[in-house]
Amino acid sequence: MVVVDLEKCVGCGECEDVCTFGAISIVDEKAVVDPDTCTLCGACEEACPEGAIEIEGEDISPAGGMDLDAWRGVWVVAEFRHDRFAPVTFELLGKGRQLADDLETDLTAVLMGSGVGEYAESLIERGADKVLVVDSPRLEQFLDDVYARILADMAQKEKPEIILAGATAMGRAFIPQVATILETGLTADCTGLEIAPEGRDLLQTRPAFGGNLMATIICDSTRPQMATVRPHVLKAMEPDASRQGEVIKIDPHEDLLKSNIKVLESVMEEAEGPMLTEAEVVITAGRGVENPKNIALIEKLAHCMEGGVGATRAVTDAEWLPGRCQIGQTGVTVSPKLYMGFGVSGAIQHLVGMQGSEIIVAVNKDPDAPVFDVATYGIVGDVKDILPLLVRRICQERGND
Amino acid sequence: MDIVVCIKQVPDAASVKWDHKTGTLIRDGVQSVINPFDYNAIEAALSLRDELGGKVTAVTMGPPQAQDAIREAMSMGVDHGVVISDRAFAGADTLATTYTLSRAIRKLGSVDAVFCGKQAIDGDTAQVGPGLAVRLGLPCVTCVGEMEIMEGGAGLRVKRMCEQGYDVVEVGFPVLLTVLASLNTPRVPSLKGKMRARKADIPLWSAEDIGAQKDKIGLAGSPTKVFSTHIPKFEARREMLPGTAEEQVDALVDKLKEAGII
Repeated sequence: MVVVDLEKCVGCGECEDVCTFGAISIVDEKAVVDPDTCTLCGACEEACPEGAIEIEGEDISPAGGMDLDAWRGVWVVAEFRHDRFAPVTFELLGKGRQLADDLETDLTAVLMGSGVGEYAESLIERGADKVLVVDSPRLEQFLDDVYARILADMAQKEKPEIILAGATAMGRAFIPQVATILETGLTADCTGLEIAPEGRDLLQTRPAFGGNLMATIICDSTRPQMATVRPHVLKAMEPDASRQGEVIKIDPHEDLLKSNIKVLESVMEEAEGPMLTEAEVVITAGRGVENPKNIALIEKLAHCMEGGVGATRAVTDAEWLPGRCQIGQTGVTVSPKLYMGFGVSGAIQHLVGMQGSEIIVAVNKDPDAPVFDVATYGIVGDVKDILPLLVRRICQERGND
Repeated sequence: MDIVVCIKQVPDAASVKWDHKTGTLIRDGVQSVINPFDYNAIEAALSLRDELGGKVTAVTMGPPQAQDAIREAMSMGVDHGVVISDRAFAGADTLATTYTLSRAIRKLGSVDAVFCGKQAIDGDTAQVGPGLAVRLGLPCVTCVGEMEIMEGGAGLRVKRMCEQGYDVVEVGFPVLLTVLASLNTPRVPSLKGKMRARKADIPLWSAEDIGAQKDKIGLAGSPTKVFSTHIPKFEARREMLPGTAEEQVDALVDKLKEAGII
């Protein structure tokens, strides 16, 4: 807990100002911490000019003094399903390459699946020095427990200092199991990764409180340092066929392949147009489209521009569009070349899911809508006036009705 | 059936206000509510009990006022509840949280099914469900969008939703599932349930009560730490396109042509 040394405390209020959680108040010229609100983030300890604040208990190392130097190398968990790599795999390799170079160590990709061995080379082309291939018919389907045990087993043997995986449905399902088996730290949904200026710790930045705050997390007492990373926020390297690397086949012990779950079938749903997270153009409907009839125009515009259809939560909650279209904190993150929002007001929960877009166009009746703060081009106007005109013009331009 | 549902009290997203200048949460008037996805977990637990018999116990870790969350769950029909509460739990990350929850669930006795919401809306990590499954030695299926009981009641057949579709998964009891909002419609508390919940004795279990190791709970048991925080800055780059609707659309089309998009 946070302990305030009342002898040293002068009641200056610096700690109160930096406390993100409103847990500190100055009472009778002394700092008082509400222990139920305090998250022990340590901001006050750092800010106190008198050195009067201390967080007790922080020096106990969970692993009981793990030898951090025994762990070296950066791993990226490749996601290969339905005959293709998830794009986040290449994005992770791009960042992993940079981290490995900073640490002067190797970048290893881990590829698990059935019949996946022949794809190992493409991971080398994208930046890996080594590929660990676990190829077994038992891995045909995604089995959370088997994937988790195999990865944890390999990590225990090879001792990488960093393991990165995509914050996809699959990554978010089994990577937490791996971190728990290894009893190490895991940071979810990172949007930024850097090596600390001193030492080898990984600084892992993620949105908190629905994107209102960015928190940088470290895991400085255990290894490996693990993070899942949001698709589409990191840059992949262009494939380089001249890159050389080593492919190592791993045969997992039979016991690791036993599962308590059985996948009867794996169904891919055919969505119209490109997958939202991979589309270069995303046309988004917000509450301001007002009438489900206008959704048809949103879809038509997306079709003309070979783009995907996105939605705010209000629109998917009203079931004007299916849930998979939802962009934002509890939906998907997109960063297309062009994002166009119609009747999107720009709640922070939505903005965090689209702010990485190259060009943002916003159309909204309300000139004070927060979406205009992030827009490249803003149009104050009624969606029902603008949208039909725009659909006509763009479909003409594209010679496509 | 011994069924456990894990719930979390979170700040009500609708009442949370944010001071963007100072980057602090304005806590005045912020209500604590049950995490939205946890209502679906409660409903899943109750519907399983209604089909197969048994009892449902709700577990939460938090300050003593988290009893309110347990009372609300009980008003919906949950049979028992417990709050794991100790100052020593403060600062817990997901690894310490799964340890703490697993100690409490083991203290409850045997378990056939554990339900969690897909994620909590304050942290959004979705890590506690799968981590808890490892702690309890249970198979885990995440992001469950549909659920039915297998013939003979030996397990569950569920749809695990992912980006492009879904998997149909069969899993025997005991099992841990994390559930989506689309799984079900949570029931409304009954008057009788509210009466029962109000009178219920909800125990508070301390670190000692659950036999927790000191170095595995709270800050000491949390390998991840907050290094720094900052407020995201959105790039101010807007150019408003003025005029009539026609003029605005013309201007936009020109801009998109310039950018090589159309």
